[in-house]
Amino acid sequence: MIHLQDIRKVFNAGKPNEFVAIKGVNLTIDSHGATALKGPSGSGKTTLLSMLGCMARPTSGRITLKDREITSLPERFLTEIRRETFGFMFQQFNLIKGITALENVMIPAYPKGEKHVSLKKRAMDLLGLLNLADKALSKVEWLSGGEAQRVAIARALINNPPIIIADEPTAHLDTRLSMELIQIMRRFKKDGKTLLIASHDPIVYQSDVIDRIVDMRDGKVVSSGDVP
Amino acid sequence: MGYINKQRNILDFTLSSLGRRKGKNLALVAVYTFVIFLLASVLFFTHSIKKEASLILQDAPEMTVQRLVAGRQDLIPKRYIDSIRKIRGVQSVAPRLWGYYYDALSGTNFTLMANKDLKDRVGEIIIGSGVSWRSGTGKGKKAIRKNDIIPFKTYDGSALPLKVKGILSFSSELVTTDLILVSETDFRKIFAIPHDHATDLVLQVRNSKELATIAAKITQRHPDTRPILREEILRTYDAVFDWRGGMIIVVLSGAVFAFIILAWDKATGLSGEEKREIGILKAIGWETSDILLMKFWEGAAVSLSAFFMGTFLAYLHIFLSSSILFEPVLKGWSVIYPHFRLTPYIDAYQIATLFFLTVIPYTVATIVPSWRSATVDPDSVMRM
Amino acid sequence: MFERKSDIFFIYLTVGVSLICLIFLDAAVSQRLDREAVRERREIVRVLTLTDLCLFTEARYTRHPTMADLNTPFQDHPVSLEHFPSGAIMAVPPHLKTQMQR
Repeated sequence: MIHLQDIRKVFNAGKPNEFVAIKGVNLTIDSHGATALKGPSGSGKTTLLSMLGCMARPTSGRITLKDREITSLPERFLTEIRRETFGFMFQQFNLIKGITALENVMIPAYPKGEKHVSLKKRAMDLLGLLNLADKALSKVEWLSGGEAQRVAIARALINNPPIIIADEPTAHLDTRLSMELIQIMRRFKKDGKTLLIASHDPIVYQSDVIDRIVDMRDGKVVSSGDVP
Repeated sequence: MGYINKQRNILDFTLSSLGRRKGKNLALVAVYTFVIFLLASVLFFTHSIKKEASLILQDAPEMTVQRLVAGRQDLIPKRYIDSIRKIRGVQSVAPRLWGYYYDALSGTNFTLMANKDLKDRVGEIIIGSGVSWRSGTGKGKKAIRKNDIIPFKTYDGSALPLKVKGILSFSSELVTTDLILVSETDFRKIFAIPHDHATDLVLQVRNSKELATIAAKITQRHPDTRPILREEILRTYDAVFDWRGGMIIVVLSGAVFAFIILAWDKATGLSGEEKREIGILKAIGWETSDILLMKFWEGAAVSLSAFFMGTFLAYLHIFLSSSILFEPVLKGWSVIYPHFRLTPYIDAYQIATLFFLTVIPYTVATIVPSWRSATVDPDSVMRM
Repeated sequence: MFERKSDIFFIYLTVGVSLICLIFLDAAVSQRLDREAVRERREIVRVLTLTDLCLFTEARYTRHPTMADLNTPFQDHPVSLEHFPSGAIMAVPPHLKTQMQR
């Protein structure tokens, strides 16, 4: 589904603090299944994830998504692809403070011009699915860590994307909540979604949800293989 | 439909977002409202005065002729009348007798004017309504009524009691409030003006197109005179109440600049928090244009609120409360002033100007600084 | 019905626009009501041969700005600013600043 070909990513190119984050990666991600990017911090997991998710462009190399070359697309199209294809979960949750959980979930769909009533219903359904219906009108800063995480998940799902991208999703969760998250991931997979997770947490990459592990170090893929 | 839904969705988010800093945003709206209120008040006031002047002074004398002596207006000899009357096109020439009278009892300056209807009614006066309430003597300051006596002091210090035979209507206050109409005999008695002199001359002409030619002929025959055309009177009022020219603009621009600095600071100093939010919005699928749309609504919401409220309050202020805030300036050092209620003349063009000078710059000042933040790479959130 | 913030905002905008319309309406009505008074003032101006509005009675040249002497601006200093409060609202009559055309 996603094909990376000789991807390099250089930050601050030409400056004294030039830094090569990704040093030539070739990778193919199939649809339906969960892939974990594993490796120590600084290994380039997040950078690779952001390029997979059409958030950043590689310095060189080609990315194709469903046989469509996307590296050279203008920003407008890239945004549209990102909105339609990917749901994002961030390490810090990145919810917008001061507004309700419900609104946070609806935000990614706002620019699509969907009817408010149906959008709201969809958001409420998602919150209900994640046992958050009674917290819908609470401001996000009043939520517990686990609740905030689930709001972030609902937000990632609002546009019904085929691919979910999660960057260190368990970084701010305790073991119990991490296990809960794995359960939710399992549900996603059953629904036919593709999961892309960057994590150095064994709870994630050693769980049975993960079908394939890509091990990264110093901006390179060290090994990649299916979980037996 | 999709387009409208999108606008409404984004507006929803903008309003939620504004609601988070309620105190700060309300304070901003309040200050902005006040600035627009002041601007609109000045616009309403000056425009209405100008309009009023242009309406009622349309029947002012077509031409007034003064005589200047050593740079000051001086009495004009009556023999000028005959020579001016002979100029072709002049229909009539009439002397005017008027001047200022200081009333020591009330400490007020009145405008004294000889009136031809009182010609044969020596000892009688007709007063403006401002005079009636001002010249009442004693502590109680009772207003003067019909048949009361006002004692005048003549040039040589002798007293001349004159009887009030009428009070000019309240609705004419804007032109008559400090006016005292007296007979010509009494006027000359008070000021010792010789019979062959007048204050100035007013004339009527047959064809108003010839006014300039006639004025030129008058100055040719009498180089010490200065003709003032009605057109000039109207033009004077037009220029005198041009709000851009008055000192008020100096004061106002101070307020406006202070506000610009405040707004600029608020609008340009995008906080780290706001920048982060823009990053999040971009990451979860908002385009640069969506972010700018949000900022547009933010600026529009604040500035439209201020515009509507400021303009409406200014209208109430000028036309319903009789410019209560401007009163210190309007009264100034005057001891006597008209209590007029201005007829509201408003100019759609002025309101539109006010709109474009207030709403548009603020909205732009809100959008522009976020432009840079709106173009950040969406992956910046991932690296935070 | 109006649960959305944007709905409330549009109602608010409508109220704002209505207020501005109300201003114009009130002005039109007042002008009609004052028409008679304006006519009366105009008549008084004509009958009494008046030349000025009685707005500021602070000084001769504020009471009768159109009749002001040509040397009025030089009474204090050629560049002195008008020091009466009314100077804040009223500008200098143009005939005192420009050379007479004739």
